[in-house]
Amino acid sequence: MSKQTFHIGGIHPADKKISRDCAIEALPIPPTVYISLSQHIGAPAKPIVAVGDKVKTGQPVAEPGGFVSAWIHSSVSGTVKSIGPRKDLSGKSVPSIEIAVEGDEWIEEVDLSDTLVTEFPEDNKAIMAKITSGGIVGLGGATFPTHVKLSPPPGQKCERLIINGCECEPYLTCNYRYLLERGEQVAVGVAILMQVLGVKDATIAIEDNKPEDIAHMKDVVAKLAAKSDKFRGIEIMPMMTKYPEGGEKQLIDAVMNRQVASGGLPISVGAVVQNVATAYAVYEAVQKNKPLVSNTLTYTGDCVATQHNYEVRVGTPLSFIIECAGGMPQDAAKVISGGPMMGRAVSNLDAATVKGTSGLLFLTAAQTKRAPATACIRCGSCADACPMGLEPFLLKRLALAGDLDGLEQNAMQDCISCGSCQYSCPASIPLLDIMTQGKAKVMGVMKARAAAAKAAAEAKAAATSAK
Amino acid sequence: MNKLIVSPSPHIHTGVSTTSLMRDVVIALLPAVIVSVIFYGLGELLVLAVSVLSCILLEWAITKYMLKKPSTICDMSAVVTGLLLAMNLPYTTPWWVIVLGAVFAIGVAKMSFGGLGQNLFNPAIAGRVFLLVSFPTYMTTWKMPQGLFGADAISGATPLGAINEAVLQHQSISSIVSSYDYGSMLFAGIGGSAGEISAIALLAGFVYLLVRKVVKPWTTLSIWGTVALVSLLFWIGNPDRFTDPVFNLLTGGMILGACFMATDYVTSPMSAKGCVIYGIGIGFITLMIRYFGSYPEGMSFAILIMNATVPLLNRWFHQKKYGRA
Repeated sequence: MSKQTFHIGGIHPADKKISRDCAIEALPIPPTVYISLSQHIGAPAKPIVAVGDKVKTGQPVAEPGGFVSAWIHSSVSGTVKSIGPRKDLSGKSVPSIEIAVEGDEWIEEVDLSDTLVTEFPEDNKAIMAKITSGGIVGLGGATFPTHVKLSPPPGQKCERLIINGCECEPYLTCNYRYLLERGEQVAVGVAILMQVLGVKDATIAIEDNKPEDIAHMKDVVAKLAAKSDKFRGIEIMPMMTKYPEGGEKQLIDAVMNRQVASGGLPISVGAVVQNVATAYAVYEAVQKNKPLVSNTLTYTGDCVATQHNYEVRVGTPLSFIIECAGGMPQDAAKVISGGPMMGRAVSNLDAATVKGTSGLLFLTAAQTKRAPATACIRCGSCADACPMGLEPFLLKRLALAGDLDGLEQNAMQDCISCGSCQYSCPASIPLLDIMTQGKAKVMGVMKARAAAAKAAAEAKAAATSAK
Repeated sequence: MNKLIVSPSPHIHTGVSTTSLMRDVVIALLPAVIVSVIFYGLGELLVLAVSVLSCILLEWAITKYMLKKPSTICDMSAVVTGLLLAMNLPYTTPWWVIVLGAVFAIGVAKMSFGGLGQNLFNPAIAGRVFLLVSFPTYMTTWKMPQGLFGADAISGATPLGAINEAVLQHQSISSIVSSYDYGSMLFAGIGGSAGEISAIALLAGFVYLLVRKVVKPWTTLSIWGTVALVSLLFWIGNPDRFTDPVFNLLTGGMILGACFMATDYVTSPMSAKGCVIYGIGIGFITLMIRYFGSYPEGMSFAILIMNATVPLLNRWFHQKKYGRA
């Protein structure tokens, strides 16, 4: 089978999957967890517990603050110590619930056994209710509430479910381990998602630097399909190892050969994309009644003595993880939450993990040193690298000149912040830094214009009805 | 505890820098440089040294004393300009002519536009054309090489010069063309500047640049394709008046120009489509000058003329954007 890939741009950083052979291990539960109320895209959740309340593991502690929002559960059992602002990994204050841990007592309905449950109910409403109340969000990076993605707007139909197992960020290996160790559960999660979406076809996309995953999942799906028709439509697709293969828009282009229009949603071309870890979380919520209270993160870096793939409770302080792993690596100069291309640099090690924390990466000063920017030599590397077909050299110039019209005409708003341009620039120009500022301004202008247009239309409608 | 570095993503970089790219270009030029020194002897070495050193010194002096900015000579682009300028000069060029060429290349064509990345015209070609129109005698008198191993010096014309002479005197060119052996043109052996002496050495360097992904082949292939096709049509029409495609591809600055000068990042288009149009322009203009102009060779003029169209080509041709028809 020919290797599928997206059609515009892309780069080939060294994949550095040095933690690939480390099995997922449960990290000890910390003495205190700090659960953020704003760990998904959308409105922050509203707390439903009070200071002093006793909570069990899996018990809801905050309810959605709107449709695009998610339930949040206690990841431990213990006592609520405080509810209030706490600094996240970049030092920004976010509302959080502090819980002092006492034992590990789960809510009763959760099935904690390892038994694989492949049968699931026909009732989609019940399944959706479990996904919603389980607090499932997209674990591929964006933490978009999953139940929203599974509710397409009226008139739009999903044709193919794409399961993102690319893990195109260098260093990260959680998805790799999920497929290898929990492939059956992921496959059941995929079948559940297919039923909810009413699609016959699903593609699990895996980059070809993970041949073990590809072989294992083919085997798993074949065995399940022999037992039940519900697994018939799942195919495993090997993808070319290229960054950002796992970008939602890139993956749709690679798998379905369709491109989502600027500003559009994947469903407009008949696609819904979910991450491998999300499919696993769906399995746990629907089949085991287990809400999203833990996630897996890769503890890695060339300067890290022992690599790990940890399963951690949501809200575990980063400093606790580092302590468990043997302390701060000697040469580490930068700690990144996530991968080296799109992850965020940590300035506050007391911050706690969130549902979407996928890795803790330690880089040395030499690995992450930014060379001083020199003159653009117009080599075009940035434009060749951009997976959205943008021209960063031009956008950078327009952004520095403050030309917002020019930025919008040249599709600044389409930037997915993948960092391929800045990675490639031989003059070490901080292209993405500059473009991110430009994009924010353009988005502001576009939103204001849309709001004004809406207000004008409403005023016109009101005037017409008054006549 | 040690302090942590905090910065926005991405947190890693390819490691490719302007300096490493320029170093690759220098490495790619080395085979041709070595062949030319073997072929032309110490005179060639002197031309190379004077050109490279004066380019570096000039850039250093201009940044330090006129612009009062940090020096940019470490990016090695002045070395590339110096080498390319030298490879466009006869090995008999007097040192002061070379220095004047460097002054024009670095001082006028490069630094007065704002330095690397800002120049509209390729500095080395600008320098060469400046010398060609100012000192035509030095630039067009060729002595057949003595070489390091000391054969007898014979005065002679380059193949293109001989053809040009014949055409001006309304003579048939077939006897002149047949006096050249394409095999020796390919390897080494015809008169000319360092950049004309060995097609195979230049091509080896170009392949190195392609393999290292320093340059893309579109401009070069477009130039060669245009030259081959257009000269084929003329040659079939009148072989006594017009030279054949192989002759045109192997002579003059066709290989050095197409591989190393027209592919200069700063002065060539950004998009593949732009590069193809740019290449067609260079190939066509070169051939028209060779066939109908009073100069024997037109590569330099063609590249300079097409340099001027690059801003327009960059405005017309853009990358194909995702999700936008």
